Amino acid sequence: MEINYTVVFINAAAVIGLGLSFYKNKQKTRQALKVAVKGLVKMAPAILILLILVGLIMGFFKPEIISSLLGDQSGALGIALASVAGAILMIPSLIAFPLTASLVESGASIGVAAAFITTLTMIGFVTLPIEIKEMGKKLTLLRNGLSFIIAVGIALIMGALL
Amino acid sequence: MNMDKQPGMMGQKKGNKDGENTKKGNLFLLPAVVLAAVLLLYFFPENREKTLKASYNFFIEIVLILPGVLVLTGLFSAWVKNETVVKYLGHASGFGGVALSFFLGMIPTGPLYVAFPIAGSLLKKGARTSNIIIFLSSWACIKLPQELVEMRFMGIKFMVLRLIFTILLVYLMGLFIEKAAGLNRAKRNDES
Repeated sequence: MEINYTVVFINAAAVIGLGLSFYKNKQKTRQALKVAVKGLVKMAPAILILLILVGLIMGFFKPEIISSLLGDQSGALGIALASVAGAILMIPSLIAFPLTASLVESGASIGVAAAFITTLTMIGFVTLPIEIKEMGKKLTLLRNGLSFIIAVGIALIMGALL
Repeated sequence: MNMDKQPGMMGQKKGNKDGENTKKGNLFLLPAVVLAAVLLLYFFPENREKTLKASYNFFIEIVLILPGVLVLTGLFSAWVKNETVVKYLGHASGFGGVALSFFLGMIPTGPLYVAFPIAGSLLKKGARTSNIIIFLSSWACIKLPQELVEMRFMGIKFMVLRLIFTILLVYLMGLFIEKAAGLNRAKRNDES
């Protein structure tokens, strides 16, 4: 569902944009397409890595494993485990929230849930190669590292408040 | 060599240098990942089907999304003037720039890896580092539909609290990363 919406939106925007651009200025349109092709070539190896890693993660990690690992975990160890799991895994948010809700139901603390959701959405272990390619090594490592710390911070605050 | 053909692209020089660096990294990483995958699938045949299917599904997703994103990024780099980006997202953009970065990220437009090329070209065109970090983080975890799903499953209190803390901390993180990466950035501006 989410994907279909995205696909339609992005491709419609691209087609309309290309059409307008071509109508207004052929030279600039050619330049734009050149940039696009160059971007594809630049990203190709990183995308291949991403494809393989996503397959392996989905094929080998089962939601039940996460549940059994984090199920009745709370406290510092639970938050640490949840943060790492969230950073490595790549789950669509529509599946992630029911999964997190079931974690809480089976005994995980609110802090664990917050840590899991926050690292899951903010940190992309498998997309690191792409991010480095586009943003540079320094910014990528800073962003992912600090996001991890932020996730733990949010988890601790929420665990204390709720 | 091919740099000279595109005088219009700012930061091209630096971009190439980065590219070479990471290309070396991938030359090592890609075979390592392939080898790991082959070994894992060889020793755990029961996971083969699920793995291949997940990779295939993801491949379809990328094929459907990525070309459009790249075309949009190309159009952006050809049509949007550097001054425009500097004006709205650069160092003088102030609170408006911060708000715009949060807002741009919140629009529901797909997975995070789609945002990297966009963020990269915004940076090249002179956007402030802190605003780009805010844009990426907001894209990652402050999606409107996502907040609704979160509210449904985790309750409104959980959703609102997490949202408030995320916005606050993401803002601070943006400023901090800009400071930490500051020296580098200043140098890049001098070069181009």
